Amino acid sequence: MLLRDFGHGDILLLIYATRWTIALSLIAFAGGGLFGFAFTILRILPIRLLNYLSSAYIQIIQGTPLLLQLFVVFFGLAILGWDVSAWTAAAVALIAYTSAFLAEIWRGCIQAIPKPQWEASSSLGLGIFQLLWYVIMPQAIKISIPPTVGFLVQVIKGTALTSVIGFVELTRTAQLINNVTLEPFAVYSVIAVIYFSLCFPLTSLSRRLERRLNVSSAN
Amino acid sequence: MSLVQIEKVYKKFGDLQVLEDISLNVEEGQQIAIIGRSGSGKSTLLRCINGLEPINQGNIHVDGDLVNGQKTNLKLLRQKVGIVFQSYNLFPHLTVERNITLAPTVVKKFALADARALAHEVLRQVGLEDKIDSYPDQLSGGQQQRVAIARSLAMQPKVMLFDEITSALDPELIGEVLKVLEYLAQQGMTMILVTHEMGFAQRVADRVVFMHEGRIWESGPPEQLFASPETPELDSFIRAIL
Repeated sequence: MLLRDFGHGDILLLIYATRWTIALSLIAFAGGGLFGFAFTILRILPIRLLNYLSSAYIQIIQGTPLLLQLFVVFFGLAILGWDVSAWTAAAVALIAYTSAFLAEIWRGCIQAIPKPQWEASSSLGLGIFQLLWYVIMPQAIKISIPPTVGFLVQVIKGTALTSVIGFVELTRTAQLINNVTLEPFAVYSVIAVIYFSLCFPLTSLSRRLERRLNVSSAN
Repeated sequence: MSLVQIEKVYKKFGDLQVLEDISLNVEEGQQIAIIGRSGSGKSTLLRCINGLEPINQGNIHVDGDLVNGQKTNLKLLRQKVGIVFQSYNLFPHLTVERNITLAPTVVKKFALADARALAHEVLRQVGLEDKIDSYPDQLSGGQQQRVAIARSLAMQPKVMLFDEITSALDPELIGEVLKVLEYLAQQGMTMILVTHEMGFAQRVADRVVFMHEGRIWESGPPEQLFASPETPELDSFIRAIL
C-alpha cells in the first residue's frame, strides 16, 4: 500500500479543488435564483393550478434530503437512458434544491408586503405584473436580502454532498487525499477551515444586512 | 344612466350578511356621504364600487360599465374610479412625484414629462408642490393623505371614493385634508365619502346615506336627515356622535 504524508502539496490540491465547490455554488445560485424566481411568480399569480403545481414542487424538494435528490438525478436519469455526468447531475440537483428554497423565501417576502399596498396599486389600474414590478418587488427585495444570503451558506455546504456521486469538489478531494495519507484529522480540518472561510463572510454579511434593515425600518 | 348605479346588491363574508339589498344612484357632480356605525357595511360598499370586493348578487355600474361582470376589465374600470384609503397607502420606496406619475406612465402610457407636469398640477391642487421630491415617511399624516388624493386625481377619475380618510389623522391635521375635499367638491368632482365627520358631511354632501346592519337605513339631504331622523337607529347614532 502506497502511503504518503499529508503535506503542502495536498493543501494546494485542496485549495485547487475549492474552485469546483465555488463553481458549483455559483451555478446553484444563478440557476436556483432564476428558477426560484419563476416558481415564486407561479406561486403568487392568481391562477390556482399554477399555485398548486409550484407549491407541490417546493414541498417535494423541501421534504426530501438533498442527498436523495442527487441520487435520483444521477442514477434515475441513467436508468431512463440519459447518461449524465456527475457534473451535470450535481448542477441539476443543486439548482432544483436552491430554487425550491429561494422560491419559498421570496414568496414569504412578497406576501409580507402589506395588503393595502396591493390594493392601492391595483386601484390605480396597475395589472398584476405592473404592480409586482413597480410596487411590491422593490419593497420585497429589500427584506429578502438577509434570508437569501443566509440560505446561500446552506447551498455552499450542500455542495459537499455531491462527493457521493463522485463529483470531485472539495470534500471528494479530501476523501481521495485521506485515502493515500490516512490522516483524516488533518485533512478534514483543512477543508473545514476552507468551508468556514467561504461561508463566514456570507453569514456575517447576512447579519449585517439584517441589522441595517431593522434600523432603517424602525424609522 | 347615473354615473354610479348600484342595484339590489347583496354581499356575504362567510355567513355574515354585510350588504343587503343596497340600491343607490350617484349622478355626475354629486357628493354623497355614507355614515353609520363601524361594521355597518359602509367601507365594504365603497370597496365593491371599484371591484376590490366581489359581490354575491345585484349589479354595480360605473359610467355604464358593469363592475361585477365576468368579463369586466377591472384595469380599465379603475382608471375611472379613484379611491383614497384611511391608511394613505403611499408607496414608501418612491418619491411623492413618482407615487403620482407611476400610474399615469405605466397604466395610461403618458410620457414622463407629461406625467410630471400632471404631478405638479395635482400637487398644486392639494397645496403640496414643495414636497414633490420628498419620500412619504418625511411627511406628516395629513400631508401623506393629501398626496394620496393627488395620486388618485392624477388618473383623472370620473368618480372618487374616500374611505374614512381622516380617521387615522391627528385632530389638528384633519382640517387640511377636509379643505382639499371641499375644494374638489367645489370643482364638481363626483365623490362618495365614508366619513365620521358629521359637520363636514352636512356642509359638503348633497345627500347623506345612513347605513345600519348592511342596509341603507335612511337617506336624504343632510339638513333633513340630521334635523329630523325618521328611525330610532339614526336618531341614536346622531346623538352618540354629536
